[in-house]
Amino acid sequence: MKKVFKGATIFLDRSDINTDEIIPAKYLTEVTKEALKPYLLEDLKLDGFDPQGQALKNARVVVSRQNFGCGSSREHAPWVFEVNDVHTIIAESYARIFRQNMFNGGMLAIELPKSDIDQLFALAEHGTVDIAVALEAKTITACAGDEKIQISFDVSEFDMALVKAGGWVEFADERY
Amino acid sequence: MGKTISEKIFESHLRDEPFEGTKVLALDRVLCHEITTPVAIADLAWRGKDRVFDKTKIKAVVDHVTPSKDSKTALQAKMLRDWARRHDLKDFFDVGHNGVCHALFPEKGYIQPGFTVIMGDSHTCTHGAFGAFAAGVGTTDLEVGILKGVCAFREPATIRVNLIGDLAAGVYAKDVVLYVISQLGVNGATDRVIEFAGSVVDDMSMEARMTLCNMAIEAGGTSGICMPDRVTVDYLWPFIQDQYATKEDAVADYLKWHSDADANYDQVLEFDVSSLDPQVTFGYKPDCVKPVAQMAGTPVDQVYIGTCTNGRIEDLRVAAAILKGRRVANTVRGIVSPATPKIFSDAMAEGIIQIFMEAGFCVTNPTCGACLGMSNGVLANDEVCASTSNRNFNGRMGKGGMVHLMSPATAAASAITGVITDARSL
Ligand code: SF4
Repeated sequence: MKKVFKGATIFLDRSDINTDEIIPAKYLTEVTKEALKPYLLEDLKLDGFDPQGQALKNARVVVSRQNFGCGSSREHAPWVFEVNDVHTIIAESYARIFRQNMFNGGMLAIELPKSDIDQLFALAEHGTVDIAVALEAKTITACAGDEKIQISFDVSEFDMALVKAGGWVEFADERY
Repeated sequence: MGKTISEKIFESHLRDEPFEGTKVLALDRVLCHEITTPVAIADLAWRGKDRVFDKTKIKAVVDHVTPSKDSKTALQAKMLRDWARRHDLKDFFDVGHNGVCHALFPEKGYIQPGFTVIMGDSHTCTHGAFGAFAAGVGTTDLEVGILKGVCAFREPATIRVNLIGDLAAGVYAKDVVLYVISQLGVNGATDRVIEFAGSVVDDMSMEARMTLCNMAIEAGGTSGICMPDRVTVDYLWPFIQDQYATKEDAVADYLKWHSDADANYDQVLEFDVSSLDPQVTFGYKPDCVKPVAQMAGTPVDQVYIGTCTNGRIEDLRVAAAILKGRRVANTVRGIVSPATPKIFSDAMAEGIIQIFMEAGFCVTNPTCGACLGMSNGVLANDEVCASTSNRNFNGRMGKGGMVHLMSPATAAASAITGVITDARSL
C-alpha cells in the first residue's frame, strides 16, 4: 500500500496513550490487518474524543503528547492506523516498540520537542489542521484557516531508509 | 572505557551497521506465539518467502488463548501449528505441553547468558534475567527475524539500578520492581536497558530475577538484564553441563559477560529496599504505585494469580502458604493459572494445587488467561481484580474493569479477606 504523509489532523491531548487503547486485546484474534479497521482507538477515553466520530474518520495525521504507543508489542496498533489511512503520527516521544513498528511498516513516527507540539495544538484553535510532511526536506507544514506554520524534524538515517524502502522486510531482503 | 553487559552482547552479535547508531544483530533465539506470529507467517507466504533462517533457533508456543476458545483463536493456533510442522520446528508447544511463553522457554533452558533474543511480545525482557539481551518486537521485526535471523536496534544505553539492603520478610521481587517503576515512570527507561544489580539481586532466585526483568518494559525499557552468576548456572545446569566440566567453570566463563566496573551508564540509581513495604498499583498506569497500607480495604471481585510475572512455582508456594487452612471470601472469585505444565505438576506434587482448591480457587490450565482479557477470567464493567500480572491499563482484563497489580502474597491475602490486604497482617 502506498503511504501518504499528509491530510487532516486529529489531536489527542494526553500522554501515555497505550496500545490497549489503540486496539483492545479482544481484537487480536484477527489474522488480517483489514479486519481491525472499525476498532481504531476504541477504548481511548479522552474529553471531546469520539472513536466513532467524523474527526477520526477524516484524520490522516495524529498529533499527541509523550510516550505514545506504550504497552504491548502488538503491531496491530500501527496496522489499525495504517488501514485507516493514518500513516503519520507526530508526538513528543514514543514507546520504543511502537515507534519501530511504525517505521518497520514504512510509516512515520515523528518526534518533536514539546514547544513544537504546543504550537501545533495552538494552531488547532483556528480550525481543522491540515499537515503535510516533506520527507526529503524533513519539514512539516501545518495549515489551519489562514494560519500556517513550518517545523523541521529529524529522523534517524535508518528510519528514513525504512520509510523509503517501504518497510523493514523490504530493506532487510535487499541487504541480508 | 569499560563496557556494559549489553554492549558486550551487541559487540559479539553485530552483523551490520547500515547507519551510525543502528546495530543489526545476529539472533540466537526467535520466539513465537499464536497472537503475533500468524500475520508474519501469512506475510512471508504472500511474499513467496515461506522459509525459516534456522529451525533450531526458532521456538514456538500457543499460550495466550489455549485451548482455543472460538474459531478465530483456533485459526491462530492452527496457523502457528501448521507452520511449525511445515518447517519441522522441534520446539513447538501445543495443548498439553504449552504454557506462558516467558515461563516456558526459560524452563526448557533455551535462554542462556550472552544470547540475543526477540519475540513478538513486549514482556520478552523477562529473559534478560539470564544475562541475555532480550527484547520485545512487533510482527515485522519478528518476520525478518524468522526469515533472516537478524534484528536492528539502536546502540544500547543502560540504566543501572543497584538494589541494596535486606528485603523484609513478606516483601518480594514484585514489590521491588513496582517500586522501581514508580521511581522511573512509565517512560523513564525508553530506549534503554535496565541493568538490575546489587546484593539484593545477587541473593535472588532466577524466578525472582525473572519477575524483576519482566516489568522492565513497564518503565519503557528495551530489556531488563541481570549478571549471570552461580544462581544462573544452578538453574541452567541440566542444559549446559555438556559445555562445562564443572559449575565453577561455567560461573567463571560467564564473567566475560559482566559489565565492567568502569562501564558507562546513562544513569545509575541506588535503592535501599530494607524498609520497603509490599506495593500495590492504583489507577491505569504501572507507575501509579502505593504501599499496601494506603490501598488496604479496597474491595476486589476477582483475584488472579499467574502470568509471566508471577505464575512460577515460588509464587504459588508463597500464595499457598497464606491460603493454607483458609477460605476465599464469598465475594471473591479466585483464579490461579500455574504458568507451565511443569509448574502445575510440581505444584500438584507439593500439595499446592490441593491448598488452592480447598481455599476455593478455580485452577486453570497453564495459559495467559485472564491477564489480557482475551479468554477466561474477563472482568465485567466496574469490576476490580487483584492481580499478580504486570499491566493495569484501562480495560486490560475486560472493558471497564480495574486491575491492581501486586505480589502473590498480597493477592492471596486479598482473596481471603475480599479487600486489598497486607499479607503480614493475617
Ligand atoms: S501472561 Fe500476560 S503479560 Fe505475560 S505474555 Fe501472557 S498476556 Fe503477556
